[in-house]
Amino acid sequence: MRHILSILTKNETGVISRVSNLFSGRGYSIESITASTTLDKEHSKITIVTTGDEKVIEQITKQLHRLIPIIKITEMKPDNSICHELMFVKIKVKDDDRAEIIKLIELFGAKILNISQREYIIQAVGDENHIKSLIELLKPIGIKEIICSGAVAIGRQ
Amino acid sequence: MEQDVSASKTLTGAQILIESLKKEGVDKVFGYPGGAILDIYEALYHETEIKHYLVRHEQAAVHAAEGYARVSGKCGVAIVTSGPGATNTVTGIANAYLDGYPIVVFTGQVSANLIGNDAFQEADIVGITRACCKHNYLVKDIKDLTRTIKEAFHIATTGKPGPVVVDLAKNIMTATCEFEYPDKVNLQGYKPNYKGNTKQITQAVQLLCRAKRPVIIAGGGVLLSDACNELRELAKRLEIPVANTLMGVGTYPANDYLSLGMLGMHGNYWANFAVNDCDVLLAIGTRFNDRITGSLKKFAQDAKIIHIDIDPCSISKNVQVDIPIVGDAKLTLQTMLKELDSNHYDVNETFKKMWFQVIKEWKTKRAIPEIRSEKLHAHTVLSGIYEYTKDMNPIVTTEVGQHQMWTVQAFNFNEPRKLVTSGGLGTMGFGFPAAMGAVLGQGNPVICIAGDGSIQMNIQELMTCVDYKLPVKVMIMDNGYLGMVRQWQEKLYDGHYSQTKISSPDYVKLAEAYGAKGIRVEKEEEIVPALKEAFEYDGPVFIDFIIEPLEMVYPWVLSGKPLDNVLLSDKG
Repeated sequence: MRHILSILTKNETGVISRVSNLFSGRGYSIESITASTTLDKEHSKITIVTTGDEKVIEQITKQLHRLIPIIKITEMKPDNSICHELMFVKIKVKDDDRAEIIKLIELFGAKILNISQREYIIQAVGDENHIKSLIELLKPIGIKEIICSGAVAIGRQ
Repeated sequence: MEQDVSASKTLTGAQILIESLKKEGVDKVFGYPGGAILDIYEALYHETEIKHYLVRHEQAAVHAAEGYARVSGKCGVAIVTSGPGATNTVTGIANAYLDGYPIVVFTGQVSANLIGNDAFQEADIVGITRACCKHNYLVKDIKDLTRTIKEAFHIATTGKPGPVVVDLAKNIMTATCEFEYPDKVNLQGYKPNYKGNTKQITQAVQLLCRAKRPVIIAGGGVLLSDACNELRELAKRLEIPVANTLMGVGTYPANDYLSLGMLGMHGNYWANFAVNDCDVLLAIGTRFNDRITGSLKKFAQDAKIIHIDIDPCSISKNVQVDIPIVGDAKLTLQTMLKELDSNHYDVNETFKKMWFQVIKEWKTKRAIPEIRSEKLHAHTVLSGIYEYTKDMNPIVTTEVGQHQMWTVQAFNFNEPRKLVTSGGLGTMGFGFPAAMGAVLGQGNPVICIAGDGSIQMNIQELMTCVDYKLPVKVMIMDNGYLGMVRQWQEKLYDGHYSQTKISSPDYVKLAEAYGAKGIRVEKEEEIVPALKEAFEYDGPVFIDFIIEPLEMVYPWVLSGKPLDNVLLSDKG
């Protein structure tokens, strides 16, 4: 099972290393990890996407709490959060495909960031399914390169 | 005139370190000087309140600090230089981490402006120790120094105790700053939970009172939270037999009728059976290490399990529990006792009688050492040492291996902090330097029981013992093998003794060369005279007991087998 953990930490050197060390040392997986400072520059937010059953997630949460700079850990579930990632995708462009591409971009709320004669660079933002579907639809057209930011999540009421 | 440096307020980083140590009540440190920490040693040169003990290897400084912490209950301190000085401490730090004892290790670091340049004797010790300490710091700014030291001692000694590493960049040792030691720490992310959930505690008490076949497992957490009296009272009031882990040795008096002694791989037959057959298990301050559970699937299958631990990670990590209580063992047990006072609980005497009858029958099953040769048997030697020393109430440290298990079997420990042994990490080379720390932590007498393999791992510390007249009595169970590994090879690898035959120097001559006393014992009648000579001698002694080479440790539950698959001899 995929789980998204949002971790509030003190903003100090080595925190990401402590977190990633813990994951590798104890054999937990990291699908993606992102980090940045919060409004309060004293703190950072780390978002980790990991996989495991409930027992594993419970251990991960407890182990993370053991790290001194970590203040709070929240599991982000679909009903109480929004979780998106950003993707840049570079695709090969043939004249026949242009209309199809434009249609897809509109449909997915994506943007073209760069246009050259033979390739487009597209930016898409959305949840896991959104990004995956776009990739599947772009594949037949010809994807040259993909880069994803990793997920960021925010709680909601 | 003696100058009071702390009164003059503006101090160098090195002076601030020393003054901060005093504020933390430190009066003994173990260490080894070097380039990056010359300034600290300059400050120590002028120091009268803190005594520095010069070891012969940095690993030993950390083990000694842990030995000191284990017997005194205070925080141990080690100071080492950068690079190799720092990397040599890693095993010591990992050892304290796994057994949960408070130490603070100060490591030197190259100047802040050189960090990352592969400077001479530079090592990223904060990166290296991240996975084996409770927390660590790199201090690059003198303004952070006192706060960091305060936090380091606070983190090391609270919650589940553990080692904290403070890496000190060389430049801050000569920088100056006003000395003001903080009264409080402010750590948003570190607030150990001491008070267990009252509802859970009530449920636990109800469950224990209803139990027909209850058992308590007492772990190192009982010792660390000073909960031995509370444990005794609870066990007595509810008449519950108590087994202990290796770390929990002495938390319940071994000579009490409720004591089952140690459980686990080399634990007592009856302790293992009682834990496996119980209907309610109260585990206190233990993380259910594989050495005590055997096969997890078969572990206490029919039991409802109550688990008290201050570290939430320990709960439901290895064994799924029914009533988890995150909290301090002492406080939780006190609440349980209050609950017993304030409500009427009935304990079913009939069931209890039946349970004790069953345990009594199990208690007839003992491992009987087989006589193979004319040579001394380990049990003969160790019971000889025990009988000779028991009225002195000694502190016993051990190394790791067969002799360690034999010691636990031969000695009755009736008080906590009397056995100092490496449980979690299983560090050969721990016992001897830990014994030096134990002498300084509590005094005499201190016995170190060692194997001929493990004593050679930190044997250089004999010089430290001689220098400071630390009267550690080292008893070497000399069987010419790395006995525990050989034992596994015997049973599981068709007797292929791959690299386990190990030779030794002449320990008598060696001890004499160091300026200590050396005695060799080969016959039973020599044991008592040798011990007499050793304890009459005012200084460190090595006694080399030449014992039967092929003796095995029994009882034995093979790794991964259920706890009740106990082998009592070579024949099963």
